[in-house]
Amino acid sequence: MSGESIYQPSNGFTKWMDDRLPIMRLGYDSFIVYPTPRNLNYWWTFGAILTFALAVQIVTGIVLAMHYTPHANMAFDSVEHIMRDVNYGWLIRYVHANGASMFFLAVYIHMFRSLYYGSYKAPREVLWILGVLIYLLMMASAFMGYVLPWGQMSFWGATVITNLFGAIPLIGDPLREWLWGGFAIDNPTLNRFFSLHYLVPFLIVGVVALHIWALHVTGQNNPTGIEVKDDQDTVRFTPYATIKDVFGLSLFLLLFGYFVFFNPNALGHADNYIEANPMVTPVHIVPEWYLLPFYAILRAITFDIGPIDSKLGGVIAMFASIAILFVLPWLDTSKVRSARFRPLFRQFFWIFVAVCLGLGYLGGQPAEGGYVIAAQILTAYYFAHFLIILPVLGLVEKTKPLPESIAQSVLSGGGGSSEAAASPETRG
Amino acid sequence: MATTDTDEPTRRDFLYVATGAFAAIGVAGAVWPLIDQMNPDASTLALSSIETDISDVEVGQSVTVKWRGKPVFIRHRTAKEIAEAEAVDVSTLRDPQTDEERVIKKEWLIQIGICTHLGCVPKGQKVGDDKGDYNGWFCPCHGSHYDSAGRIRKGPAPLNLILPEYTFLTDEKIKIG
Repeated sequence: MSGESIYQPSNGFTKWMDDRLPIMRLGYDSFIVYPTPRNLNYWWTFGAILTFALAVQIVTGIVLAMHYTPHANMAFDSVEHIMRDVNYGWLIRYVHANGASMFFLAVYIHMFRSLYYGSYKAPREVLWILGVLIYLLMMASAFMGYVLPWGQMSFWGATVITNLFGAIPLIGDPLREWLWGGFAIDNPTLNRFFSLHYLVPFLIVGVVALHIWALHVTGQNNPTGIEVKDDQDTVRFTPYATIKDVFGLSLFLLLFGYFVFFNPNALGHADNYIEANPMVTPVHIVPEWYLLPFYAILRAITFDIGPIDSKLGGVIAMFASIAILFVLPWLDTSKVRSARFRPLFRQFFWIFVAVCLGLGYLGGQPAEGGYVIAAQILTAYYFAHFLIILPVLGLVEKTKPLPESIAQSVLSGGGGSSEAAASPETRG
Repeated sequence: MATTDTDEPTRRDFLYVATGAFAAIGVAGAVWPLIDQMNPDASTLALSSIETDISDVEVGQSVTVKWRGKPVFIRHRTAKEIAEAEAVDVSTLRDPQTDEERVIKKEWLIQIGICTHLGCVPKGQKVGDDKGDYNGWFCPCHGSHYDSAGRIRKGPAPLNLILPEYTFLTDEKIKIG
């Protein structure tokens, strides 16, 4: 994508370094002169926002680990100790807890942006798959992190989720005991979750590096979905993308700050301020908001399918709803990437967004009556979107004509992305 | 690989495969302790049986004791509950079991108080709890109803409440586990 490196070491030390470990050349080529499509809009700032969110989680997490005690008898109190005694402990913990929610909010926007603009299509399949892998790791890390405060919702959320593995035929029970390190969730479980919760973010860092590497091999997609043809179509990463990312991040931080300083428990559950009690189940067990759509799918399967009982069926449906994302690049048969030029897909996209939000809402409701039926309908639609609508649309849809090039689409004012590309032009 | 033109595997081929196989076994042997350390440890296994005095549990009362980190429901059943449980046509049940198969002594129903769906603790032990549609236990998480023999009657749970291993040491004392 970036072609020949044009990095010029400017002094004796950088020359010496460049002959031995050209790390400054790598940084210069990747984040200074790296060509980005000139028409990128604000939906493209979420990569940088996510990188920032990951860094915040790691920094606050390392600090919290200095004050937290991963023991069933002491964990709950140590979290209160952080909140009350540790200098700025309240701030650091609220940033970490709300940071997880902000991280997921950003990743969902990032993923739906990919869906809208067809960023997962060839040649960016591996880029997309790495992204789904990061998302899976995020869910694992968030789930284990939520167990650590050892409140009622921590304990019972962990019970419900680990019991999912018990639905697997033959190996279910031993697998569950292996995960627990006992016959129920207890101190060994808390210990290992703490260890793994500390590990997973660094795995995410590794996969993020691969994700960015893959991105820099294929180059970024853009709102028109057509490939970059020449220098006319691109601007340098710095200052154009950098400053735009920083501005998007600033807006994001306003929202982040609102939750941390004015409404820090809005996204949590009051039950988690009651210490874990293995003898009493809270009336409503609900996961954090970002996992609710999957919880709705899990509970939607209330009927047996042949030899598969409803419990295993729910588990299969839930994992399949994520697994299907891995094969998305091959399910979407349309050659046109961007929804801008796909009038039908554009409508189905918004229906799909509404279905996902609807599943999220239903995941937070009790599993009874009309809620279950609604969840079943939306679950069926969720899978139909990938397995029927996307493959068929590509074959029957009449797409709009694509612009000649990114530069042409920008200069003719088409495509509604003037905010991104106007600045270099007006500066002349 | 060895540079010979014969179709027959050579001694060198054999050595490669054998060495590779030994290396694979060695790696598996080295990894096993790292996997097995996550299984229940000796101290957890050592707590695997408890003794409980049930002499002060009157007819119609329930107590919950903790065994292996889980609640165990001990219910001193009334004659009505026993009669209800025995009257059920077993062939209509999702997890068919007669009442006799679920108890050692009719009056005492002893079972693990964990819903077989996703592991919540069902309601029905305390006075005033919702006992579900079948006068037994009701799991509030996903709406499973259990009858007065702890059998699943309605809702998503696939199995009856699990029975722990237990013995009556005397009429007033049981050993669970």
